Amino acid sequence: MLTLFYILSAITLGTAFLTILSKNPIHSAIYLVLCFFSIAGHYLMFNAQFLAMVHVIVYSGAIMILMLFTIMLMNLNKEDEKNKNLLSRLAAAGAFGLLGLIFLATFIKSQPVISKYEVSGEDYQSIKILGQVLLHDYMVPFEFASILLLVSMIGAVLLSKKEHINS
Amino acid sequence: MDTNLALLLLFTPFAGFLINIFFGKKLGHSAPGWLGTAAVATSFAVTLTFFLQVLATKEPIFINLGQWLTLANFTVDFSFQLDQLSVLWLMFVTGIGTLIHMYSISYMHDDENVHKFFAYLNLFVFFMITLVMGSNLLIMFIGWEGVGLCSYLLIGFWHKNQDYNDAAKKAFIMNRIGDLGFLIGIFILGYLFHTTEYAVIKTELDNGWPFNKELLGIAMLCLFIGACGKSAQIPLYTWLPDAMAGPTPVSALIHAATMVTAGIFMITRLNFLFNLTPDVLEVIAIVGAVTSIVAAAIGLVQTDIKKVLAYSTVSQLGLMFLALGCGAYEVAVFHVITHAFFKACLFLGSGSVIHALHGEQDMRKMGGLSKVMKITFITFVLSSVAISGVPGFSGFFSKDEILISAFHHSPVLWGIASLASIMTAFYMFRLVYVTFFNDFRGTEEQKHHLHESPALITIPLVILALLATFGGIISLPGHSWLNEYLAPVMAAPAAHHELGNLEYILMGIAVLGAFIGIGIAYFKYRKKGEVPPGDAEFTGLANVLYNKFYVDEIYSAVIVKPLYMIGSFFKNVTEVAISGFVFGLGKVAVTLGGEGRKLQNGSVGFYLLVFVLGVCSIIGYIFLAK
Amino acid sequence: MENILQQIGIENYLYLSTLLFCVGAFGVLFRRNAIIMFMSIEIMLNAVNLLLVAFSTYHQDPAGQVFVFFSMAVAAAEVAVGLAILVAVYRNLHGIDIDNLKNLKG
Repeated sequence: MLTLFYILSAITLGTAFLTILSKNPIHSAIYLVLCFFSIAGHYLMFNAQFLAMVHVIVYSGAIMILMLFTIMLMNLNKEDEKNKNLLSRLAAAGAFGLLGLIFLATFIKSQPVISKYEVSGEDYQSIKILGQVLLHDYMVPFEFASILLLVSMIGAVLLSKKEHINS
Repeated sequence: MDTNLALLLLFTPFAGFLINIFFGKKLGHSAPGWLGTAAVATSFAVTLTFFLQVLATKEPIFINLGQWLTLANFTVDFSFQLDQLSVLWLMFVTGIGTLIHMYSISYMHDDENVHKFFAYLNLFVFFMITLVMGSNLLIMFIGWEGVGLCSYLLIGFWHKNQDYNDAAKKAFIMNRIGDLGFLIGIFILGYLFHTTEYAVIKTELDNGWPFNKELLGIAMLCLFIGACGKSAQIPLYTWLPDAMAGPTPVSALIHAATMVTAGIFMITRLNFLFNLTPDVLEVIAIVGAVTSIVAAAIGLVQTDIKKVLAYSTVSQLGLMFLALGCGAYEVAVFHVITHAFFKACLFLGSGSVIHALHGEQDMRKMGGLSKVMKITFITFVLSSVAISGVPGFSGFFSKDEILISAFHHSPVLWGIASLASIMTAFYMFRLVYVTFFNDFRGTEEQKHHLHESPALITIPLVILALLATFGGIISLPGHSWLNEYLAPVMAAPAAHHELGNLEYILMGIAVLGAFIGIGIAYFKYRKKGEVPPGDAEFTGLANVLYNKFYVDEIYSAVIVKPLYMIGSFFKNVTEVAISGFVFGLGKVAVTLGGEGRKLQNGSVGFYLLVFVLGVCSIIGYIFLAK
Repeated sequence: MENILQQIGIENYLYLSTLLFCVGAFGVLFRRNAIIMFMSIEIMLNAVNLLLVAFSTYHQDPAGQVFVFFSMAVAAAEVAVGLAILVAVYRNLHGIDIDNLKNLKG
């Protein structure tokens, strides 16, 4: 189990880094898809099957396709992007290190009480239970989420309409 | 009843002022004049009733209109006091005021701002009444300041001429310097006696109130400085000749009969205090005597008729102060009254002459007017005779009393005063002969238009000349109605000089001096027909006198220029430094802002970096920094 | 399968998630291309989702996974709108270099 975890984590982190560092945007997109698949693997290790499926469908299947379409629309597959200047890149690296440091320090200092993990054997994450919880306790956010998706759809259409120049 | 009458007396001129200043233009050309005259005449009528009342009852009338201010143990009320002295003063102020208002109706007829003129005149009468009627020093100060203000407004009445404006400013500023002394005196008196009411101070002194003698001396000296400013004594007298820039009725009313006598009124009012500081009285006497002779000397060679009369006024005021300094308060009051009569008549007469010559004031261009302007000539001569001290006329009695009191005080001062009187007789008759006798020296066109002035001008002249002639009755040597009348107001009884040999000799010397002065003037200007020389031809002593001992120039160099230098120092050095500092602060803020502006460089990447750093710091603060 | 957390322990997931989040933040600051920045933001969101699921298993509470649903819905909506904006920007600037978006310069 632990080795599987380490392999999956390596894939996740590695592809994430490669996403950022690769010059060709298409390559970045592919790496990101791989990253999402590895995270879906993590979910499967948690036995959250439904979540893993939905993750793959939504992220790899919808969001990344959208991004790839946009990249191809803007014809960005050429590697003609200049880098940021050295100072900015060093600052970015510094911010990365600082952020990591702060977070880790917070976690270590706050010393979360991690008690012995007990298993109750109850089923809490099968799709049946999830459905019941979603549509019973979290009904209102569910409805709001649907409105949110509607609004974003309308927004996306409106924002990208071509403006007709009046003659 | 008394309160209502007193309010009528006080506020009728003020109402006249308000109506004339706001609605005067709509009322037409002659209505403002009659309105103003009626207002002052009403005040005169009420004063007459009060005079008869006080004469009968010999009791002062107190009127309190309400409280003004209260401090810990110090109260000031709006209260007025009508006793013998104030009613007497009001009589001649409102009486002569009415006559001069009547005169101005005709004199200022052609002026476009005639409503403003009468408004200011009424305002002046209102303030003068306040000054005289007040029962404490602060009410008097209100009137004091108010008459100074009206004097400024009226001197600069023809404000389009910058010289007249300068003269008005000079009068106001010199008055102000005196007022500073007056205020300091009031403060010290208030501190010493915890009140400024005359009656209360007198009662306190009678009951033996303890006070610091040196401080009282300083207070009375400061009050005298205030009187110097208002009554044109050395060193604050140079504004009075310049004030002749105002219309002649103004000169007659304010600078001859009423405002300049305010100083004498104040000192007489406070006679019980001045009697406690004989050193200050000594100073007053010396200043008065010196002023009278200096002014008389300057008046010997002046060529503008109004300036001659102005210096004559300063000189006569000096004589009144000399009388006050010798402790003879009633004599000073007597001379104030007679001087008001003949000096007002002289000024109005000169106004009549100026009016006939269409504005000419230089006596070298006049002459022979006695044939054409008979009434003016006769009244002018009568008043000149009165001022010279010819026996039988009012001026003789009052001036003689002054000289006798001065002799009993100090023979040196008597000598100075007598010399001044001889000079007075000389220059007055010089004026009469050069202006009215021999041949006319003006242009042909002026000669054509010479005529006697209308009735509204000549009637006041006649009334005043009669008063100047017969006014001496009120205080004859040996039996003085005035001294008896004023006795309740005076702290010390009037010095009663028995008419012995000494007094008769002194009287004789004074009369002889007057006739010598008149005689010299007759020979020089009537017989020989001399005319005063042109401006450039004065030489030696005469030149010094003509240039007023260069006092104005000395003041300008010693006082005015250093003040300007201080002013320009503050403007060029201090103000530049302070504004530089303030602007510098502004520049610092702008520079800091400019630097801060560089944070907003529009680059999204930079914003994101700052975003991340901000999140780090917040989390660091919340979780790590405890 | 046996419960994973007994074998791996939750600290590991904490560290993994933190590291992934920092990588995402680094990516946002490092690149000029707006599309890559979007991808980095997706990485950050995923890190958070991972941690939520881990804790949901730890507490055996389905609420964590329900929250992940909503997070994914929001991420999808955000990508849609963001890419629409990006297309509009591209039409104006003919490029998506964010260093050219300097009109708000003070």
